[in-house]
Amino acid sequence: MPHKPSQVRVYGVVYVALLLLLALTVEAARHDLGHWNFVVAALIAAVKALLIALYFMHVRDSTSLIKLVVAAGLLWLCILFSLSLADYWTRAWL
Amino acid sequence: MTVISPSPSTAGPAPEQAPSRDYLSAGYTVRSWLVTTDHKRIAILYLLSITFFFMLGGLAATLVRLDLMTPQADLVQTETFNKLFTAHGVIMVFFFLIPSIPAVLGNFLVPLMLGARDLAFPRLNLLSWYVYVLGGLFTLYALLAGGVDTGWTFYAPYSSTYSNTYVMATAVGIFITGFSSILTGLNFIVTIHKMRAPGLTWFRLPLFIWSIYATSIIQVLGTPVLAISLFLVGMERLLGIGIFDPRLGGDPILFQHLFWFYSHPAVYIMILPSMGVVSEIIPCFCRKRPFGYAFIGFSSFAIAVFSFLVWGHHLFVSGQSVYAGMVFSILSYLVAIPSAVKVFNWTASLHKGSISFDTPMLYALGFVGLFTMGGLTGLFVAALAVDVHVHDTYFIVAHFHYIMVGGAVMGYLGGIHFWWPKMTGRLYPEGWARLSAILIFVGFNLTFFPQYILGYLGMPRRYHVYPAEFQVLNVMSSAGASILALGYFFPLTYLLWSLWYGKPASPNPWRAAGLEWQTASPPPTENFAETPVVVDEAYDYQRIDTLSHEGDAA
Amino acid sequence: MSRELPAAAASPLAHQFDDLPQQREADEMGMWIFLCTEIMFFGGLFLAYTIYRTQDEAAFAAASHELDLFWGTVNTAVLMTSSLTMALAGHAAEASRRKQTAFLLLATLVLGSVFIGIKGQEYYHKYLHGLMPLWGLPFEWQGTSRGHAELFFDLYFLMTGVHALHMLIGLGILVVLIVNASRGGLLGEFSAPIHITGLYWHFVDIVWVFLFPLLYLIGAH
Repeated sequence: MPHKPSQVRVYGVVYVALLLLLALTVEAARHDLGHWNFVVAALIAAVKALLIALYFMHVRDSTSLIKLVVAAGLLWLCILFSLSLADYWTRAWL
Repeated sequence: MTVISPSPSTAGPAPEQAPSRDYLSAGYTVRSWLVTTDHKRIAILYLLSITFFFMLGGLAATLVRLDLMTPQADLVQTETFNKLFTAHGVIMVFFFLIPSIPAVLGNFLVPLMLGARDLAFPRLNLLSWYVYVLGGLFTLYALLAGGVDTGWTFYAPYSSTYSNTYVMATAVGIFITGFSSILTGLNFIVTIHKMRAPGLTWFRLPLFIWSIYATSIIQVLGTPVLAISLFLVGMERLLGIGIFDPRLGGDPILFQHLFWFYSHPAVYIMILPSMGVVSEIIPCFCRKRPFGYAFIGFSSFAIAVFSFLVWGHHLFVSGQSVYAGMVFSILSYLVAIPSAVKVFNWTASLHKGSISFDTPMLYALGFVGLFTMGGLTGLFVAALAVDVHVHDTYFIVAHFHYIMVGGAVMGYLGGIHFWWPKMTGRLYPEGWARLSAILIFVGFNLTFFPQYILGYLGMPRRYHVYPAEFQVLNVMSSAGASILALGYFFPLTYLLWSLWYGKPASPNPWRAAGLEWQTASPPPTENFAETPVVVDEAYDYQRIDTLSHEGDAA
Repeated sequence: MSRELPAAAASPLAHQFDDLPQQREADEMGMWIFLCTEIMFFGGLFLAYTIYRTQDEAAFAAASHELDLFWGTVNTAVLMTSSLTMALAGHAAEASRRKQTAFLLLATLVLGSVFIGIKGQEYYHKYLHGLMPLWGLPFEWQGTSRGHAELFFDLYFLMTGVHALHMLIGLGILVVLIVNASRGGLLGEFSAPIHITGLYWHFVDIVWVFLFPLLYLIGAH
C-alpha cells in the first residue's frame, strides 16, 4: 500500500470527522427545524457512511469492479424503496 | 472454439481413460464425498438431494391431483389438502427449482466452461450444500410433524397470527436454505469475473455462463428480502411483534411486498438457467452459431434487472394502490421483451441449421414452445383487468406451470441429458430417452392445458371442492399428470441404469463447442491438465465440423 | 520482526487460484457481494420503518423520545471507535506487527462488547418501563397513537436486535482472529482475513450510523 505512514493519519482524520458529525447531528436534533430535521439527519448519516466506506473500507482505492458492486447494492435498495413506496404513498389518491 | 493446450488431443473417442484419475474415482468412501471441495462432486451431491425433493414434491402433487378427480373432498380432509398443496409449492420452489440447474449443472460446469480448476470458494460451495441439507431437514421435520397450510406464499396475517400449523419450522427451513442460494450465486459471480482462462473474453463465454451470472445476481440481491420477510413472520409468531398486524396499524400487504420482491425475481432464478441450457443445446444440434449471441447474452442481464421491477403484479387485487398497479403492469410488459428476444433468437438459430433430434434437442424445442405459451399467458395476466378476473384461479396455476415445468424442468432435463456423458462418462439409452421426452411433453400438456380453461371458467386455485361442471377438465388434468409422472419415472430409471450398463462416453460425444468438452468424460479432479488458452470465438461449429470431417477423411 | 509461520503453509495461496493478487481480489469481491445481501436484508427493515413512520410521524417522535439519547450517542461513538481500531488492526497486520495487530483486534472486541453491554442495559430499561412489546409483555403507553407507538418499539427491538446479532457474529470472528494473530498468524500476505473481517465490521457500523438518527433523533426536540 502506498503512503504507509499517512494511512494512519487518514484514519485519524476520518475518525475525528465522524465524531464531529455525531456531535453535529445530535445537536441539530435538539432544535426544532420542522421537516428539515430529517433532511439534516439523513445527510449527516450519509456523509458518515460515505467516510467509513471510502476510507475505512478503502472503496476510494478500490477497483471499478468493487465500486460497481457497491453501487449495485445501493441501487437495488432504491428499487425496493421506490416501488414499495409507490404503493403506500399513492393509496390515498384514490 | 479452438483451444491451444499442451494436453493430448481429445478429439476422438478414447474410452480408456486412466480410471484412477477422474473425479468419481478419486476416493470411494462416503467421507470422501461428504468433505469434498471438488465442485463436480458437490454438484452430484446436489443432484441426489434435489432428486429426492422432486419426488417428494411430486408425491404431494399426485395426492392433490388424485383428490381433484372428483368434485367432492374424498381422498383427504381439507386441512390435509391445504397442507399438500403447500408442501408441493414449498418443496418444488425452494428445494427443487431454485437450486436445480445452478446447483447441479452450474456447479459442475462453471469452472469447466471457464477453464478453471474449481470455483473461487470451494469450501463455501460445500458449506452451501450443507446449508441446503440443513434447511431441507427443518422443512422435512415440519412436514412430518404435521405440515403447514398457508400455501407456499405464507401470506400474513394467516401465517403470522392465525395458522396453527408448523409455520415457524418451515419458515426457518426456507430461511436457512436461502443462504445456500446466496452463497452459490456469490461463488459464481466471483468465479466468472476472476477465474476465466486466458483469452476467454466476455463475448467468448458460453451463453450458459451469461445466464448463470444473471441468475446469480438475482440470487444474491433478492434472497435476503425473502429472508427478512420470513424472519418477520417468525418474529410475529414467536415474539408477538406485530409488523403485519392490522390491530397495531401494521399492514399485511407489507409482507406481500417483501415476499414478492424476492419471489418474482425467484421465478427468473428458475427460468434463466434453463434458457442458458437451451442456448447451449440448440447451436450444438443445429451445428451453427446461435443467432444474435450478444443479444441473447444481454437479454439475460436485462431479465435479471427487470425482474426486480415487477413484483407488484402479484398484488393487483390485494389492496395495493391502483396507481402502483398500473406502474407494475407496464413494467411487467417490459420484462417480457428480453424473453421474447431470446425466443426469436433461438428460432432464428434453427434457420438453415443442420438439425438433429437427439434427446437434449427434443427438450430444448419443447422448452421454446411451452415457455412461449407460458410467457404469453403471463402477458395476459399482466393486464390489470384480466388479472382481476383470473387471479387466484387455475389460469394462474397453468401459467406458472407452463413456465416452471414446461420450461424450467424441461430445460433441466435437457441439460442433464446433454451433459450426462460429461458428468458420468456414460451414454444414456437414446431410444428410451426420446420416448420419455415425448411422454413428458404429451403428459405435461394434458395436465396443464385444461387448467387454463378451468381457470378462465372460474375455478379457484387451492380449493379442495369444486362445482361438478368442472370435473371433466379436472379428470383430464389428473390423467395427464399420470402420464407426466410416468415420463419422469423413466429417466430416473435409465439414467441410473446407464451408470453401470451405459456405453462409455468419449470426451465430446456431441462434437459440441465449449471448454468442458475439451477434457475427459468424466473429467479429472483438477479439470484440465494445463489451463487452456482460448483463441477463437464461441460456438465455432463450422470449424468443429470442418475439422472433424478432415479427421474422418484422413 | 520475526514471525512464526505455520509449518504446513508456505504461502496463503489456495489451489484454485493462480496467484495471490487474484485470490485477494476474489476474497474482497466475495465479501462485498455478501455485504450487498446484508444491505437488502436490513433494507426490508428500513422499508418497514419508512412506511410506518410516514404514516404517523408524531407517534414515532413521541415513542423515540422514550429512548435514551445519551447512551445511544455514547454507543455510536463506541462503535465508530471500534471501526477505527479495526482499520488500524488491518494496517498493522499488513505491516506484520504482531503485538500491535493483536492489541488492536482486542480493542475492537472490547469496544464491540461495550456496545452490546450498553444495548443490553437499554433493553433492560425498556423492559422495566413496560416499553418492550414482546412475548405478550404489557406495553405501557399513555399517549395517543398507541398502535404506531407499539410499532415503533417493535421496529426498535427488531432493528437493533438484528444489528446486535450481526455484532455478536462479528465478535465471534474477532475472537478467532485474535487467537490467530497473537500466535503470529494473519500477518503480511496472510492478513487478508483481517481486512475481509474489517469490511464486515465497518458495514455493521454503517448500519448503526443510519439506525441511530432514525431511532434516537426523531423526538429529541
